[in-house]
Amino acid sequence: MSAAEIKSQPWNLWTRQAMAVARLELSRNFFNRRAWWIYFLAAGPIFLTVMHSLLAARGKWSCTLPADMMAYATIFQVYYLRLGIFFGCVGIFSNLFRGEVLEKTLHYYFLSPVRREVVATGKYLSGLIMAVVLFGGSTGVAYLAIAWHHGAAYQEYLLKGPGLTQFGQYIVVTSLACLGYGSIFLLFGLIIRNPMVPAALLMIWEAGNPVLPALLKKFSVIFYLKSLCPLDVPLSGPMALIAVNADPTPAWLAIPGLMLVSAAILFVASRQVRKMEVMYSE
Amino acid sequence: MSETPNTSGIVFDNVSRFYGEVLGINKVSLTIPPGVTSLVGPNGSGKTTLMNLMTGLIRPTRGSITVLGIPTDRPEKLFGKVGYCTQVDAFPRGLTGFQFLSGYLAVHGHSVSRAKELAGQSLERMGLADAAHRPVLGYSKGMRQRIKLALAIAHEPDVLVLDEPLNGLDPMARSETIALFRQWGEQGRYVIVSSHILHEVDRISDQVILLSYGYVVAEGQIQGVRSEVKEQPIQILIRCDRPSELASRLFTQDSLVEARVHEDGRGLLVRTRDAEALYLLLNRAVVDGGVQLESVAPADEDVNSVYRYLIGHDGSTT
Repeated sequence: MSAAEIKSQPWNLWTRQAMAVARLELSRNFFNRRAWWIYFLAAGPIFLTVMHSLLAARGKWSCTLPADMMAYATIFQVYYLRLGIFFGCVGIFSNLFRGEVLEKTLHYYFLSPVRREVVATGKYLSGLIMAVVLFGGSTGVAYLAIAWHHGAAYQEYLLKGPGLTQFGQYIVVTSLACLGYGSIFLLFGLIIRNPMVPAALLMIWEAGNPVLPALLKKFSVIFYLKSLCPLDVPLSGPMALIAVNADPTPAWLAIPGLMLVSAAILFVASRQVRKMEVMYSE
Repeated sequence: MSETPNTSGIVFDNVSRFYGEVLGINKVSLTIPPGVTSLVGPNGSGKTTLMNLMTGLIRPTRGSITVLGIPTDRPEKLFGKVGYCTQVDAFPRGLTGFQFLSGYLAVHGHSVSRAKELAGQSLERMGLADAAHRPVLGYSKGMRQRIKLALAIAHEPDVLVLDEPLNGLDPMARSETIALFRQWGEQGRYVIVSSHILHEVDRISDQVILLSYGYVVAEGQIQGVRSEVKEQPIQILIRCDRPSELASRLFTQDSLVEARVHEDGRGLLVRTRDAEALYLLLNRAVVDGGVQLESVAPADEDVNSVYRYLIGHDGSTT
């Protein structure tokens, strides 16, 4: 397809339709009782950091500001990035199509005058908005909460020190995690009936990333995310593998690289949606 | 796909669809003209498969389908002209009737305000304006059926495909919906209906497609289909003043199979293998002055009779 042909496509219509799909999906899925466990995963860091601050404020937990920042980095890298956001994205994105097949409602989209690629994009967008709001919001609130008991010192760290930059970096990493894992789980939800099995395999792959050969390391989301985290977590023993980044990728490569990989996976997912048939009785 | 697609009608060109090793439909070639077309056949005969194929929800294993010249794998073009009310009785969670309609109409590409306007009009037309802001999952069976219809017709499609559209509707709504289908058919649109309620199919259909075990058994206008069933004697109801006397005269004809005096005593129900000869004999009876005829009308040129002759009560093709 030439550049002129690409330009002549009805991009405005497609954008409007994708936004309509995203709006509809958000109104159905954002506040959904069945997704309680996703809210629970998202609330995990807030709960931990607020508890820490409350205990520290009452003098029951002695800590310094740098120690709190390191504790936050550990929670973020070890728990949140690898488990909370990962499984949250499994729940959100793999159900975008699979959930509709189970509820027998997918045909309403497929009976609309809209390209199926646009439906896939709109659904992905809604999942991304939901994931970024939930997990990005949680990341931000937890970052503010963990050292809140330090009062003016933390305020100064945030406004005059590296705090605000780190805050932004954590939000960016969270958003990129949602972007990358989201596209993968959207595809899994389309091609595999039980996406938990490939999700578990992907988790093992991601966990084993540090010991992989240099080339294979690059076929991973965590490889790029780890490079973008503001602090290296000093873990010892086997856990060090999770946190230490021996081969960091610069941000200028990691961010567009992850976006490109996500776009490529989304393209494959869109082709899959194009071929999809609606047979609920199966 | 043919080089020059037929832009008029819904065209199935040697279409087969298998579900694994199970036959859905086999070697179907037909062209559905404008007007109301009913798909008739027992459960599992392939009615829903045919409808799902013509709306692209499933793809043919072999052959090709075009709707007004549009291939069915182009939903972005197809559903500007087609509306499909499926048999699936499921709705998205958490949406009111109005949100359901306006949400999906916005997916059509309408602006939010236009989608809301169309949704309001369609709800009004289907008599759901009062329930517009109630959760659609709380609707009664009839209301759910009506809101599906409201979505299918909201964009004024040229082709309306309806899978058992009268299910769950109360008599009033049934009557109004049938009137709407007829009106759409009279406007030259394509209305394809599947229904197992044969007398209702009879009331609304311009033509029928009879299906059995995945094969098209017969298609066309009901009179034409009936006349092709030569092995079944034609039933004719003759309203007259002296049915017994007329019966004795008709029995001189070899092709007459049966003549029964009507229950009310004011007519005769006959079965003949040669309708032309019977009409000639009736003319002679009138001319001779022995019998006063009120009316003569075919008694089995209806979907029910054709269904019985071709498919049988147990669904087996004769």
